[in-house]
Amino acid sequence: MIAIIDYNAGNITSVARALHNIGQDFVITNDTKMLDSASHVIFPGVGAAGEAMAYLRQKKLDVWLKACLLSGKPLMGICLGTQIILDNSEENKTNCIGLVAGSTKRFPEHLAGTGQALKIPHMGWNRVAFRRKHPVFAHIDPAAEFYFVHSYYPSPSDQIAILGTTEYGIIFCSVLAVKNLVAMQFHPEKSGRPGLQILKNFCAWRGNDF
Amino acid sequence: MHGGATISKRIIPCLDVRDGKLTKGIKFKGNVDIGDPVEAAREYYEQGADEIVFYDITASSDKRDIMIDVVRHVAETIFIPFSVGGGIRNLEDMRNVILAGAEKVSFNSAAVREPAILTEGARAFGSQCVVLGMDVKKVAFSKQTPSGYEIVIEGGRIHTGLDALWWAQEAERLGAGEICLNSIDADGMQDGYEINLTALISENVHIPVIASGGAGKPEHLAAVLTEGKADAALIASMVHYRAYTISQIKHYLCSQNIQTRMLW
Repeated sequence: MIAIIDYNAGNITSVARALHNIGQDFVITNDTKMLDSASHVIFPGVGAAGEAMAYLRQKKLDVWLKACLLSGKPLMGICLGTQIILDNSEENKTNCIGLVAGSTKRFPEHLAGTGQALKIPHMGWNRVAFRRKHPVFAHIDPAAEFYFVHSYYPSPSDQIAILGTTEYGIIFCSVLAVKNLVAMQFHPEKSGRPGLQILKNFCAWRGNDF
Repeated sequence: MHGGATISKRIIPCLDVRDGKLTKGIKFKGNVDIGDPVEAAREYYEQGADEIVFYDITASSDKRDIMIDVVRHVAETIFIPFSVGGGIRNLEDMRNVILAGAEKVSFNSAAVREPAILTEGARAFGSQCVVLGMDVKKVAFSKQTPSGYEIVIEGGRIHTGLDALWWAQEAERLGAGEICLNSIDADGMQDGYEINLTALISENVHIPVIASGGAGKPEHLAAVLTEGKADAALIASMVHYRAYTISQIKHYLCSQNIQTRMLW
């Protein structure tokens, strides 16, 4: 059974509908006992880092997520759920969960060099350049595009944590992978067929990196 | 570590819905008439639409729940973003539509009458959920409308006296995360988008602009996405009446070196 962590952060139902479409059973929960019994856990989210962290701490879900990473259980972060697994975020200067070393930064208003203004949020379809193979991204065409909508991006301090990058004014880390954790800035549940394929791959993944 | 800020240009079909039905049947494969917005959305999703806009023109408020059902079914059927506009007057309407599965909500007349709704919507759901719908008419340059474009509401029947460029910038300041810019003069003519208007707005705001009104052939989209500086193009009749498929439009844009999403 797949568990979707419910932490009052936006459109969790869209992830649920995508899982339903690929024929996957799921629960939406903030109960750590139910999360314990799940085979896979999805940590989605749309919203602001500050409020999300306050809620997670209140429900002790930050502690649970740290234990989850150590347990080897497959864990997927999406959008805000990817940004707040780092140590901290520039959004509301928030201390975050710290599953992965690094911080979440805001896109620059203007590009270095040209001074060209950058439209923020980065909203729309964009590609991911993968640095290595990963089971969760099997059968994904390199030219596939994914739906992004965000003003902040994850910036892990360890290069090895970066699985894929995307270019929008700057080149940023759009997919992170560390052990049994895979986390993406885009929304697989809104990225058409390639997005559904990623969710399918995740549900079949055992949590090993290679 | 820096390069262009280009992302794929979005092609967005717009579906008008009244009382849960498409206002005009849409002709598809085998000339089958589709009156169901969910089926039409599925068809466009499969043709490669990057997003879908639903415009609800249901007149009576006691039938609003029908649209919520439509939104829920659409969200179960397609896995790309979609937005709902028309008849969204307040935060509660917005909440209902978002919870039913829409990504974004667009405010048009309601934002003119009550600009604070943009700020409240952005605070509650984030700017990315708040689209400002602007209906614009060309007018004489004047002190009141220095850009030469004025905001109209109620399908163009009511002139608001607001300058279009001023309103676009004000809406961004208030919290809108995107602008859907509709030229009333070009709308329905299938003779091309209002390029000057689109470029004027797009170059003077920091949020994405969807061009709307006037699309009749793929060349029109190419023009508005390059000269017009639009981030996305709204289309209606040219695909509803099967003159083109979205896939054909995208292949044309690709041949013109305009980047769109080609795999779906």
